[in-house]
Amino acid sequence: MKKEKKGWKDLPIGLVLEAGTCKDFETGDWRSEKPIWDSEKCTHCLICWIYCPDSCITVKDGKIQGIDYKHCKGCGICAEECPPKIKAITMVREEK
Amino acid sequence: MIVARTGNEAMAEAMRQINPDVVAAYPITPATEVVQLFSKFVHDGLVDTEFVPVESEHSACSACCGASAAGVRVMTSTSSQGLALMHEILFIAAGLRLPIAICLVNRSLSSPINIHCDHSDTLASRDAGWLQIYTENVQEAYDTTIQLVKIAEQALLPGIVSTDAFIISHGMERVELLDDKEVPKFLGERKVEYSLLDVDNPITIGGLDLQDYFYEHKRSEIDAMDHVLPIIEKVQKEFGDKFGRYYSTVDEYKMDDAEVAIMAMGSTGGTAKVAVERMREKGKKVGLVRCRVYRPFPEKAMLKALTKVKVLGIMDRSDTLSTLGGHLYNDARSILYESDARPLIKNYIYGLGGRDISIEEIETIYEELFDIQKSGKVDKNIVYFGVRGE
Repeated sequence: MKKEKKGWKDLPIGLVLEAGTCKDFETGDWRSEKPIWDSEKCTHCLICWIYCPDSCITVKDGKIQGIDYKHCKGCGICAEECPPKIKAITMVREEK
Repeated sequence: MIVARTGNEAMAEAMRQINPDVVAAYPITPATEVVQLFSKFVHDGLVDTEFVPVESEHSACSACCGASAAGVRVMTSTSSQGLALMHEILFIAAGLRLPIAICLVNRSLSSPINIHCDHSDTLASRDAGWLQIYTENVQEAYDTTIQLVKIAEQALLPGIVSTDAFIISHGMERVELLDDKEVPKFLGERKVEYSLLDVDNPITIGGLDLQDYFYEHKRSEIDAMDHVLPIIEKVQKEFGDKFGRYYSTVDEYKMDDAEVAIMAMGSTGGTAKVAVERMREKGKKVGLVRCRVYRPFPEKAMLKALTKVKVLGIMDRSDTLSTLGGHLYNDARSILYESDARPLIKNYIYGLGGRDISIEEIETIYEELFDIQKSGKVDKNIVYFGVRGE
């Protein structure tokens, strides 16, 4: 069912929303290239996690779990920053 | 307390008494003194303000936005090019409904580069969604600075209170200052529903707003402007009841039996009042309508004032560069369109770049308005008064 959108009188004053609304806005479909993470090669140095501008590298107990494709825009920074000797992340063309 | 103060000194004094939580500012002629004096108050420990000496007006306005979103009382000061550099952020402050008060000195926008008075700077920011109040003298500038803080915080909109460059900003006048204790009492604490710094109750402010909600948020901002006039009137009355100095959105002077009138803004109001006195000594019934609150435009009060006369001279210290004359002229013609009583109107652009306007010159404008009354027609709707080679 289509969600009813609010009229202007029902909006909070001053463009104030609850926090953390970015997670509801799925930017994954902006992607033209997709990062592929290789768990065998990965040393869990977390450099990609530090550099990812969209917090899309998921980590649990200091270990990388994978990539959040719902929000990853495919910028390729993770693949670029992954140390050259490791190369655990490669970018591939996004297929429909 | 009765003292002698320039416009800038009086505005700085008002800021000291207001004791804002945050002032972020960058100096610019002729408004430099306002924050220069204020920074001394900070240095001397006379205020509790977090003073942020930023690297530009763009940053000043941005810092003010952040502070206002945190829910505190925020002020700054600027002029001309400084306001122009804030331009981008002005719309953001208004759209996010962040009260900020700017003590502004009206100075021509470049080019040609100039430091003297006209109203082109604030009028270029007319559509930014800020309240704009133009003052006639130092006393009014001082009083309105205090009023504006209260108005802005109640309306949840930012606002500008302005003085004419050098004429008021550097002109020394007799001013009655309020008692230091009275000002914070009059203003009270700023009440907020949310704060950007409240980490226990985090919020998103200024999120991306596309086709589905932008229009609704803009409509809500327009609605806010529709409700400001009663707030301004209430604060003006509260101020008057408490301190004895009453102001109105539209300042009518000797309008009740006037046959012809001038409409103007800023310090020219004071000059025109003397011209009205002189004309009346000669038995000529003239009046003045001074637009004090310019944004939002006080349509009802203005219509009531303007339709009292048959002939109106509208003096604009600005031009819209649209071939349609000055700003006041366009606003006045717009509100008179639906009115049954439409006075004959002539637009006098004057005083650009600080070109002086004298009492005698205003008297000649009144004489011309009487000629129009006699002939029943306006030969030329827009004239450039006081320019050489016309």
